[in-house]
Amino acid sequence: MSLPDHLVAELDELVTHYPERRAALIPALHRCQEELGGWISPETMEACAAYFDLEPVEVYGVVTFYPMFRLAPPGEHVVSVCHNVSCDLRGARDILARVCEVTGAPVHGTSPDGRFTVTTVECQGACTTAPMFDLDGVYHEELTLERVEEILGGVQ
Amino acid sequence: MAGHETYLLDRCHLEGSHTLDVYRAHGGYTALAKVLDEGLRPEAMIEAIKDSGLRGRGGAGFPSGLKFSFMPNHEKDRRPRYLAVNADESEPGTCKDRVLMRDDPHGLIEGVLLGAYAIRAKAAYIYVRGEYRHEYDRVAAALAEARAAGLVGDNIRGSDFSCDVWMHKGAGAYICGEETGLMESLEGKRGHPRPKPPFPAGSGLWASPTTVNNVETLFNLPFIINRGHAWYRTMGTEASPGNFLCGISGHVERPGVYELPLGISARVVVEEYAGGVWKGRKLKAWFPGGSSTGLLPASLIDTRMDHDGLRAAGSMLGTGAMIILDETACVARASEVIMRFYDHESCGQCSQCREGTQWLHQIFKRLENGQGRMEDIELLESLASGMAPGKTICALSDAAAIPTHAVIKHFKDELAEHVRRGGCPCPEQATGALREPAEASA
Repeated sequence: MSLPDHLVAELDELVTHYPERRAALIPALHRCQEELGGWISPETMEACAAYFDLEPVEVYGVVTFYPMFRLAPPGEHVVSVCHNVSCDLRGARDILARVCEVTGAPVHGTSPDGRFTVTTVECQGACTTAPMFDLDGVYHEELTLERVEEILGGVQ
Repeated sequence: MAGHETYLLDRCHLEGSHTLDVYRAHGGYTALAKVLDEGLRPEAMIEAIKDSGLRGRGGAGFPSGLKFSFMPNHEKDRRPRYLAVNADESEPGTCKDRVLMRDDPHGLIEGVLLGAYAIRAKAAYIYVRGEYRHEYDRVAAALAEARAAGLVGDNIRGSDFSCDVWMHKGAGAYICGEETGLMESLEGKRGHPRPKPPFPAGSGLWASPTTVNNVETLFNLPFIINRGHAWYRTMGTEASPGNFLCGISGHVERPGVYELPLGISARVVVEEYAGGVWKGRKLKAWFPGGSSTGLLPASLIDTRMDHDGLRAAGSMLGTGAMIILDETACVARASEVIMRFYDHESCGQCSQCREGTQWLHQIFKRLENGQGRMEDIELLESLASGMAPGKTICALSDAAAIPTHAVIKHFKDELAEHVRRGGCPCPEQATGALREPAEASA
């Protein structure tokens, strides 16, 4: 597999921001994850390695270091519930439990219908509006159990 | 509450505050114009920053002018020079840079340009944590506006000052907020901190002279240049001048990010700005500046919120992010959550940190779950003493050791009570309202 042309064109511009091409690797992996199924497959790693002239294992080493890169395909929607201290003090455990109930997904797992992946995440920088979760890249803050049901119930 | 002069958040409430038009209508880019039109020498700008007494707002509180002055002489050292902007805000409790990036991104860009000018940087990189998608987009859009207006790039405003400013997205690792971890990550590698020396000014990004500054630190620069160091020193204290962004979270009525003068009493922040401890309850404990600063008991709530005041109280200003625990909260539970975080975020290079954070997490967890032993308290202390200070490449190990020492110093009895009872004695945990759902099997 090689990277699709439109991504290659984007990366060709991205690498000009830096004195060394490799510096664009992490932003490039973000774009790959967004465009190629919501995760970084072994094939994507190999394609990135070829693009950056690196060994695949170097790309693997980077991908596995950063929590935002997924090593398996997620469900259609991803709910990331913050469980760090400011959210914990304002009921994050109850929020997480309700998210799991509503979606049918276990923590760090996907619902049987494949619609939702639920995960816990460390501090997302929404401490003064805790508790919070991120749904498909959008923050939802000052959550209550009712709001959790409304938000997740409204997902198409 | 007593009125005090403000400047950091003044534009944030304006309609369209993130746009170039609104920024310009409220004095935006006039500090940059002043510097370029007057042909101020970079060295003179560094002196002005030194005179202001500005200290870094990323957690360490290092004098910013002094840090800029560490860059090597540009005539003797011809390597390209870089400014790295630390927008990887990840310290638990901290969400202040997010406000600036979202609501006043041009203020940050002007600060970045001034910082780059001071150190004669060829380029600046704004390293934004990957989760801040909205904030990243705001700064990126502002940068595009600034570039189109000739404020970023070659020959800025027709001067001989050229500087590229680029956005860079991180991917969820706390350690990349550590300056050398940030540089490794910016080079496209795992965020493993580098041993110091060499310091970034000697050998940083791509082995070139580099300065790393926090978002809020740089945001202060246009105000210092425009209004002068004497004005700046009318706010805050002699050793910690200026205002700071104080995020207050946890058990208060009005959590939020407030602009306050350094040196303000922590009690005033809690009671007057944040509306007091929530639900009419009493204060039990508080973190003054993020989860890595030692928590303090309610009896020390009259401490001044500045570098010296908090050091005297046995803690640190850190990122100025106060986390409030009411009388029903459990310090063992809070410690368990925080140590789980450091365990998760340790990069694994140093054994003291890799193993130590894991041990601290497991021990606090068993104390909280009623499986603790009396000797665990001594073990926590011994582990924390083996982890810090100065025993590892970076300070993540210290960030776990410091709150461990603090919880033992101030709340040893409560930890022991967990052991005696074989469970958590705190009412919040005793309600049974908090359930932890099952995890997926591996």
